[in-house]
Amino acid sequence: MDEYKEPVLELEHVKIQFGKRTILDDVNVSINEGEFIAILGPNGAGKSTLLKLLLGLIKPRAGIVRVLGRPPRRGNSDIGYAPQHRVLEADLALRARDVVGFGLDGHRWGIGIPNHKHRASIDAILREVDATAFANAPVGQLSGGEQQRLLIAQALLSNPRLLLLDEPLANLDIIHEQEIVTLVQHICRSRNVAVMLVSHDINPLLPVVDRVLYLANGQSTIGTIDEVITSATLSKLYGSQVEVVQALDRLFVVGAET
Amino acid sequence: MFDILQYQFIQNAFMAGTCVAIVAAVMGYFLIVRGLTFAGHALPNIGFAGAAGAVLLGVDPVIGLLAFTISAAIAIGILGKNLRDRDVVVGIIMTFALGLGILFLSLYSGYAERVYSILFGQIVGISQQNVLFTATTSLLTLVVLLIIYRPLLFSSFDPEVAEARGVPINVLGVAFLVLVAITVSIAVQIVGALLFFTLLIGPAATSVRIVQRPLWAIVLAVFLGIGYIWLGIFFAANGNWPVSFYIATISFAVYLPVRLLSPLWIGHRARKNISTGKETDQTSVPGREIEQVDVVQTHGRVSGITR
Repeated sequence: MDEYKEPVLELEHVKIQFGKRTILDDVNVSINEGEFIAILGPNGAGKSTLLKLLLGLIKPRAGIVRVLGRPPRRGNSDIGYAPQHRVLEADLALRARDVVGFGLDGHRWGIGIPNHKHRASIDAILREVDATAFANAPVGQLSGGEQQRLLIAQALLSNPRLLLLDEPLANLDIIHEQEIVTLVQHICRSRNVAVMLVSHDINPLLPVVDRVLYLANGQSTIGTIDEVITSATLSKLYGSQVEVVQALDRLFVVGAET
Repeated sequence: MFDILQYQFIQNAFMAGTCVAIVAAVMGYFLIVRGLTFAGHALPNIGFAGAAGAVLLGVDPVIGLLAFTISAAIAIGILGKNLRDRDVVVGIIMTFALGLGILFLSLYSGYAERVYSILFGQIVGISQQNVLFTATTSLLTLVVLLIIYRPLLFSSFDPEVAEARGVPINVLGVAFLVLVAITVSIAVQIVGALLFFTLLIGPAATSVRIVQRPLWAIVLAVFLGIGYIWLGIFFAANGNWPVSFYIATISFAVYLPVRLLSPLWIGHRARKNISTGKETDQTSVPGREIEQVDVVQTHGRVSGITR
């Protein structure tokens, strides 16, 4: 089929501006189906803003954006989205299963009569993210890692071709961080869905990502880890001297706020 | 003791009260999950000011009620998008309205009986026409709430994803508050501002502590609301104290033990689930986790030194 040969996502000379402040300029990115992309960069570099652009929540000042060959639009079920800073702590009045169910039909009008098919889709997705054990617990009682599984499950219910995850590893301890990375990698490969994962640290993602989109100083660059996370590339991107240090199979960017 | 049920005005009170209790319980659920409890308290008070203005101008109080509560609802919906300053916005608007209300009352030379009845209600003075009117508007409100049920629930718990999925969250938020405003304007004339607020928050606040599934929480809130108003009217008809006192007291007496004891069952159920969840997690990926723990600990130390 022709439509699957074209990239899942294409950005050409995209510029994002808020008022007079330029957030990103001249972004050129093409992402294929099934690719695992990490989006990195310092705070305020425009990582979350870029995701909002793909969701059709903001418009580019210049350039072309195509998601599966079409301009971005709200309510696109080809995109699964899990934003950051979700406050689920206080929500005792909702079960894990209900949170996931929003991804299936939360946007439809009416009360939604529960039926077998509805239940079966939610059960299947809960199994896929290994969340069956706490499916009926109130979300406010779940750990950060467990909540993150639910949010990923919710984003997957529309069978998206592109999965946008904003800081899913934030505030997780190291074991849960690794669990989520493994889960996202599994989803990416088994569903052949393109994943764009925003993170502040590349290290947990080193073994799994195909390419890295690095945003800094209003500029961007995309490539493999070996191409992008180098002293030369990042110094050029930041416009100042930046050193990439390798130690104990980990990468550290020194001289820049990451 | 049950003889009182023969009286027409008691029957009317039961019927109108039941309608108000049902709508208030459903709306109360959404107010609580949207963090708008204070707005639920403010709107009846703002309506009181509107009614005072209407009395001063010599028009039907319901016009003043609707004008004030709908304007306030739109203002709260637009200005109070951010959870952090939502209560500030509600507080400022309510105090401004109450200030106007006091001015209207001081300018009015007569005895504003109709205005005071809006604060405390007149549930045992309801005509059959009032009952019919209350039932019709309650039914219409319920129909609208059922139509917007799923997107309203989605946007209440998860506004960012709801917006990305195409739910018009801002329009829905304002529309819901306007619906509350209309209900307030009609209900406060029947049951009074104090009683309406009790029926709005009491049943839903209790039910979300007992059941977690949204639809069941709403159904339970409706049954609690009906129970409160029936008991309240029954006690008031047989005793000498005001109906608002009985209903507010019943509401508090049910809420308090549920609030204090709910950590027992909510915590218990979740702990059981979480502990089994962790066990399956660990058995599903054996070995790998332990290996990772090591690596990460060294990572933490190294990054600490380089910075």
